[in-house]
Amino acid sequence: MVEDIAARVSANPKYHRLVGTRGVYSVLMTLCVMVVYYGYILLIAFDKEWLAGKLAGGMTTSIGIPLGVGVIVATIILTNIYVRRANTEFDRLNAEIISEANRK
Amino acid sequence: MSRLSLSRVMSAGALFAIAGAAYAAGADLGQTTKQATNWVAIIMFAGFVVITLAITKWAAARTRSAADFYTAGGGITGFQNGLAIAGDYMSAASFLGISGLVFGSGFDGLIFSIGWLVGWPVITFLMAERLRNLGKFTFADVASYRFAQTPTRIFAACGSLVVVAFYMIAQMVGAGQLIKVLFGLEYQYAVMIVGVLMMLYVLFGGMTATTWVQIIKACMLLVGASFMALAVLYQFNFNPEALFAKAVEVHSKHDAIMAPGGLIKDPISAISVGMALMFGTAGLPHILMRFFTVPSAKEARKSVGWATTWIGYFYILTFIIGFGAIVLVSTDPAYLAVKMADGKPVLDATGKVVYDGLKGGGNMAAIHLANAVGGNVFLGFISAVAFATILAVVAGLTLSGASAVSHDLYATVIKKGAVDSAAELRVSKITTICLGIVAVILGIAFEKENVAYMVMLAFAIACSANFPVLFMAVLWKDCTTRGAVTGGFVGLLASVGLTIVSPSVWEAVLHNPAGSALFPYASPALFSMSAAFVTIYIVSKLDNSPQAQRERLIYPAQRVRSETGLGAVTSSAH
Repeated sequence: MVEDIAARVSANPKYHRLVGTRGVYSVLMTLCVMVVYYGYILLIAFDKEWLAGKLAGGMTTSIGIPLGVGVIVATIILTNIYVRRANTEFDRLNAEIISEANRK
Repeated sequence: MSRLSLSRVMSAGALFAIAGAAYAAGADLGQTTKQATNWVAIIMFAGFVVITLAITKWAAARTRSAADFYTAGGGITGFQNGLAIAGDYMSAASFLGISGLVFGSGFDGLIFSIGWLVGWPVITFLMAERLRNLGKFTFADVASYRFAQTPTRIFAACGSLVVVAFYMIAQMVGAGQLIKVLFGLEYQYAVMIVGVLMMLYVLFGGMTATTWVQIIKACMLLVGASFMALAVLYQFNFNPEALFAKAVEVHSKHDAIMAPGGLIKDPISAISVGMALMFGTAGLPHILMRFFTVPSAKEARKSVGWATTWIGYFYILTFIIGFGAIVLVSTDPAYLAVKMADGKPVLDATGKVVYDGLKGGGNMAAIHLANAVGGNVFLGFISAVAFATILAVVAGLTLSGASAVSHDLYATVIKKGAVDSAAELRVSKITTICLGIVAVILGIAFEKENVAYMVMLAFAIACSANFPVLFMAVLWKDCTTRGAVTGGFVGLLASVGLTIVSPSVWEAVLHNPAGSALFPYASPALFSMSAAFVTIYIVSKLDNSPQAQRERLIYPAQRVRSETGLGAVTSSAH
């Protein structure tokens, strides 16, 4: 029965380690994205002049543009870092938990 | 800190006001004029139709059960699904709307596209694998996992259908307007072509065909947009600084396009639109159903990883394309509309004609740029891609609407689950035909209406009704049927009601005097989403019925499945 297996999974300390670690990790990553995104938005809100400032004297490109592209790139990178860790480390632990629950 | 004046705080709001306005601009391509028939574009598009119909024929042979119809038998890989999700998200509205916004105001377009993207990591970190582990065909499967089926499914079907309806009307009207400009076809025919082709894909090919149409279109769009961006950068020796310098020189706003600007709106609208953007994505039924087409949680995560990558890359391209259009399109009279008064061109003091924006409107920036960098053939290609984009998105919407009716309402609520796959499949197909006909009728009925608010409304409903119910059902052990359903309906009604009394409907659509709207903000999300969460919390806490107690007891088992995938649907039976 799936219910029995579920009960054995709940009793396995590895399950609690998985849920705890992955839970904290996903909340931290969410906070990271929020900080990057709202940080950028607040920067625009509170210091438009700084963002509109030029990268260097005589240049046209403003500081805000590479920063904005940076936010997009950071979003992509953070997402893929999570996916990589979840698909290797967490999935390995997950597979161990399920095989241990099925074995008993 | 004394420099933090109110006006600066207010200007934070401006960002989101722009986002809201651009959303609107993106969805509503405006009243357009019919152009001369573009045969190259039509032939290119016909080629796309032939290929996609061939795929539909191939997919039809593989679509035998309800599971094939809803989820392509769970046989889509993470990479393929990532492209399909990106395809759903990279609609014609976002391609033309964002590049048009960059063309018009530069930097602000970049801020706007960032807003669209940030919902994706949130889905990845909090929702993707849990959805895959608990769900089967629709997001209602996830929401109702431990709840009473009938009320939860009725709520979920309402939430899905309302979101699909508003999203669909915006797409159909956009399609008609766009095709009138690109192909020189009559509006009604354009809408009917979209309706008929979309029905063919969904009806015969189900999710398999819908997904592959979306993948092909996503590839075409990414290749086309990459080519345009590269062609623009090539002219400036791949030096963005040179591109920006030239753009600042020729743009009427000059250096202001390098800085954040835009309308000043209140901070409440700012936060509210931001919430609709971030969490609405996690409540769109046609996006959520894609998580059930992959075989495992691992592939579900890969899907969102790829989707985020492609969507982010695409937004960087649209930024370059917008600047390319400033430099190459706005300087060429061939692409500009002559300002007219009393049926005659307006002349300036020296007797030269005066220009008034782009031919076909600001959203045509990317289309004209295609002509400028690649000539008529490439223009035809990009026009065909834009048409294909609408078609693919509408097909996805129809499929998610059909699954809400056949799987949630018919199979679970009416037949209490005692229905065979063939009967369920038949109902999905009948629903598909009905939805297709309704979509065409609504598309024609709304031709001259202002539909600008509809995409924003769809996002507001998704984040106020679907998302809170999903989130609480999966992550909060004390949540009960009564709490979830009451809270969900509160969110649904609040988001629709507040939108009706907001300026975008009350004043712009219902023609009440300016300033008379009861709800002054750009999006109801902040209030309606909070109302949904608070209602779910309070009603669940007060609910001590035997049903509620049973539901709380099941939570640990649901948690095990959502976290580990134990007992999850691995792949569908044939």
